Amino acid sequence: MTMPLMRPARKNPILRTPQMNLPPSARSRVALSLTAAAAEGRFELQVCQDCDSVQYPPREACVHCVSPRLKWRAQTGLGQLLASTTLHHSNDLFFRERLPWRLGMVALDAGPSVMVHLHSEVGEAPSRLRVGARLDRAGQAVLIGFPEKESEHMADDKMLREMGSDPKFRKALVTDGKTPVGQALVRALVKAGADIVWVGHAEPWKKLPGLAELAALPQVTLLPLDLSNERSVITLAGEIGGKVDIVINNAEVHRSHGIGNRTGTDVARMEMEINYLGLLRLSQALGPALQGRAADGVTHASAWVNLLSIYALSNFPPHGTYSASKAAAYSLSQCLRAEMRPSGIRVVHVFPGPIDDEWNQNMPPPKLSPEALASAVIKALRDGTEDVYPGDVAQEWLQRWRDNPKVLEREIAAGGT
Amino acid sequence: MSRQSYAGVAVAVPITVPYQRYSTQGAHWFVGQALQALIQASGVAKDDIDGLCLSSFSLSPDTAVGLTQHLGLSPRWLDHIPTGGASGVMALRRAARAVQAGDADVVACIGADTNHVDSFRQTLGSFSHFARDASYPYGSGGPNSVFAFITANYMRTYGAQREDFGRIAVDQRSNALKNPNALFKKPLSLDEYMAGRPISDPIHLFDCVMPCAGADAFLVMSEKRAQDLGLPHAIIRGAIERHNAFASDPIMVQGGWRRDLADLYAQADAAPAQVDFVQTYDDYPVIVMMQFEDLGFCAKGEGPQFVRDHRMTHDGSFPNNTSGGQLSVGQAGAAGGFIGMVEALRQLCDLAGERTVPGAQLGLVSGFGMVTYDRCLCTGAVLLGRSA
Repeated sequence: MTMPLMRPARKNPILRTPQMNLPPSARSRVALSLTAAAAEGRFELQVCQDCDSVQYPPREACVHCVSPRLKWRAQTGLGQLLASTTLHHSNDLFFRERLPWRLGMVALDAGPSVMVHLHSEVGEAPSRLRVGARLDRAGQAVLIGFPEKESEHMADDKMLREMGSDPKFRKALVTDGKTPVGQALVRALVKAGADIVWVGHAEPWKKLPGLAELAALPQVTLLPLDLSNERSVITLAGEIGGKVDIVINNAEVHRSHGIGNRTGTDVARMEMEINYLGLLRLSQALGPALQGRAADGVTHASAWVNLLSIYALSNFPPHGTYSASKAAAYSLSQCLRAEMRPSGIRVVHVFPGPIDDEWNQNMPPPKLSPEALASAVIKALRDGTEDVYPGDVAQEWLQRWRDNPKVLEREIAAGGT
Repeated sequence: MSRQSYAGVAVAVPITVPYQRYSTQGAHWFVGQALQALIQASGVAKDDIDGLCLSSFSLSPDTAVGLTQHLGLSPRWLDHIPTGGASGVMALRRAARAVQAGDADVVACIGADTNHVDSFRQTLGSFSHFARDASYPYGSGGPNSVFAFITANYMRTYGAQREDFGRIAVDQRSNALKNPNALFKKPLSLDEYMAGRPISDPIHLFDCVMPCAGADAFLVMSEKRAQDLGLPHAIIRGAIERHNAFASDPIMVQGGWRRDLADLYAQADAAPAQVDFVQTYDDYPVIVMMQFEDLGFCAKGEGPQFVRDHRMTHDGSFPNNTSGGQLSVGQAGAAGGFIGMVEALRQLCDLAGERTVPGAQLGLVSGFGMVTYDRCLCTGAVLLGRSA
C-alpha cells in the first residue's frame, strides 16, 4: 500500500529553492499522438487498419503487414509485468534528483511489450497490472504501470505525484469567488485537501451571496482582485506570488450578444478586458512566480487552469462576442502553455458547454452544473490532463468539431446548438 | 541454398589504438591512428588499401565517405556500418565477400569512437527513434535498465544467481590483468563484485562496462596476399549474422545466433566442443551467459550451471574474453564490436603474450549490437581458424 502523503514541513527560507529540470522531452512526430491522447486522459496506441496489430513504440508502418494505415485507438492497458527494476543511477537530471525510481517491462495483452514507470503498489513480476498514459513534467506522454486494484492512497505514490497536480496540501488561487462556478471550485479544492485557497473578489464592498460562508472555511482567504486593473493584479502577485501552487482563472464576463443585436463595443470590450486581457495581466504577474517554484518540494507549484468555453473552438452567434473573447483567451493560453513548458507547469484548458448559471438562463438543457465543472477540474489536476471538455454539450461539440469544423460552423449558423 | 565458403580469405594485423577513459580528440583522430597503425604494421602502402569498412557512433555528421577525404584514401569499395557491438563480425563478413569477389584487394576494417566527458549521456538520448520515444524518457538509465529487465527475467526463469554473473566478470578481470591496454588494472574478487553498488537492480556496478575512447582494426585480404606480405593471419571457417530475431519474444531470453547456429558450425565443419576459446560480446554478463547457450556450448537455461562448472580465464577450461573484454578493458563505442575480433586474431597469430590460450586452433567471436528499444537487434558470430 502507498504511504499517505504527510503534510510537508514548513519551508526553510534559508535553503535555496531547487530549480526545475525537465525529464527528456524530445519525441518523434508520430509519437506525439500518444501525448495528444494522454492530454485528454486516454491511453491510445496505433492499431493497423489492415491487420489489427497493435503497435509500440509508435511507428510509420505496421510491424506485421507494413501497412501505413495506423490509427490511434483506445487501449485497456491490461497486461503482465515481465520484469521490474529500481533505478539507482541516471544520466538525466530530472531522474537523478528523484532516485530511486521504479520501472517495469510489461507485455500488454494487446501484444506489444512496453516500458513503464512503475507504481509502488504493483507487485514483483510476474504479476498483472494496468498500463495507462499520463503526461510527465515535460508535458509529454509516458506510460505508467498501475496496480490492478485501486487503493485509497495510490495517488500519493511518489512517481505518480510527479505526473499530476493533486491539490492535496497545495495552495491555490481561484480568481473569482462571486460566481457559482468560483464557489464550487473553492469548495472542491478544500475537499481535495488544499492547504490554502485564496479567493479573488473584484468588488470587496459588495455583499455577494455565498462569499461569507466560503470565507468562514479555515482554508479560505478572500483577497481583492480585479483582473481589469493591472495594479490590483500586481498587488495580489506581491502577496501570494511566492506561495501559490495552483492558479485557477475562472474570472469571466459573459453576455449573450452577437453583432447585430447590440450597438457599440462596450460589452465586447468588457469581455475582452477580463476574458483576454485579464488572463494576460495575470499571466505576466503570476507566471514567473509559479515557474520559479516548479520544483519546490512535494507541493511545488504545478498547474494553471484557464476556464475557457467550447465556443472558443467555433463561434456560437447568440453569444458571439463572448465566443470571440474565449477564442482569444484560448489562443493566449496556448502561448502561456508553451511559455510555462520549460518549467514543467501544466496549463490546463477547460472547455465547458453552457454552464447552469444566470448568463445561460435562456439556453436549453443539458447545462453543466458548477459542481460538475469543479469536479472535472479537480480530476484534471489529479490526473494531470491538460484539455478538459466537461459535460455532454462540450463532448458533442468537440466530436463535431473534430469530425469537420466547417460542417459544425454551418450547423451553428443555421440556428443549431 | 548452402552458404558459400570464405576460403581464400585472410584476416590479419590486429590493431588497438590504446583506450582512454576520456579523450579531447575526435573520432576521426582515432580512425586516423588505426589506419596509420594498419599501414605500419602490415607494410601495405596506403594507396593499396582499396577497401574501407568503418563503424563509429561519434563521427557525426560524417560517415565513412567523409573519412576517405579526411584521410586521403581513394577506395573502390566502401561500407559504413554503424551497428555497434555487431560491427566487427559484420565488417569481417562484408570485407571477406568483397575480397572474394575481387571488388577490393585489401580492406581496412576499423571500429573507432571518441568519448568526451558528456558524450555518453548525449548518445543515449538520441540513439534511436524508439529509444527517444519509448525508453529514454523512462529514467534515462540507457541500456542499464533494459538489461536489468532482461537479467531479472533470466534469473527468475532459469534460476541464475548474481554470483553466476559474477564468475564471468571476475574471470574476465583476471584475463585483463595480462592485457596492458585494459583500463582496469586491479584484480576483482567475487566479494567485491557482489558488493558493487546497485545501478538498476539487479544490475550492479561490475555488470556495467565503462565507456571510453579508442579504436580496434584489422585488415582483410586474400590468403595469397597475406602470405606474400609475410603476415600472420587467421582464416574464416564460418560466419553468420541475424537482425531483429525472435521479435515475438516479449522479453529477450535468446539471441539471434540461435537461429543460424547450425549453419555456422556446418560451414566450419566443426562442433562447439572443438572451439578453443570464445570472445563473447559482454555488454552485460547475462548476455555472455546467453551466448554460451545460443552458440551451442550448453542448452538454454543451463548457462548458470555452465559457468559454475568452468573457469573462463585464458588458461581455464573454457577461455572467454581473453583480453578482459569490455567489462575490464572498457567499451570504446563501436570498437566494442571489434575488441573480440582483434583478440581472437592475436590468439590465432601467436600475438597474445602472457594471456595466450595454449594451442588454440579455432576461436569463436560473437557480436551483439544496437539497443534501439528493449533489446539488441544485431547478432553475428564468426569461427576463425589458425592458418595452415
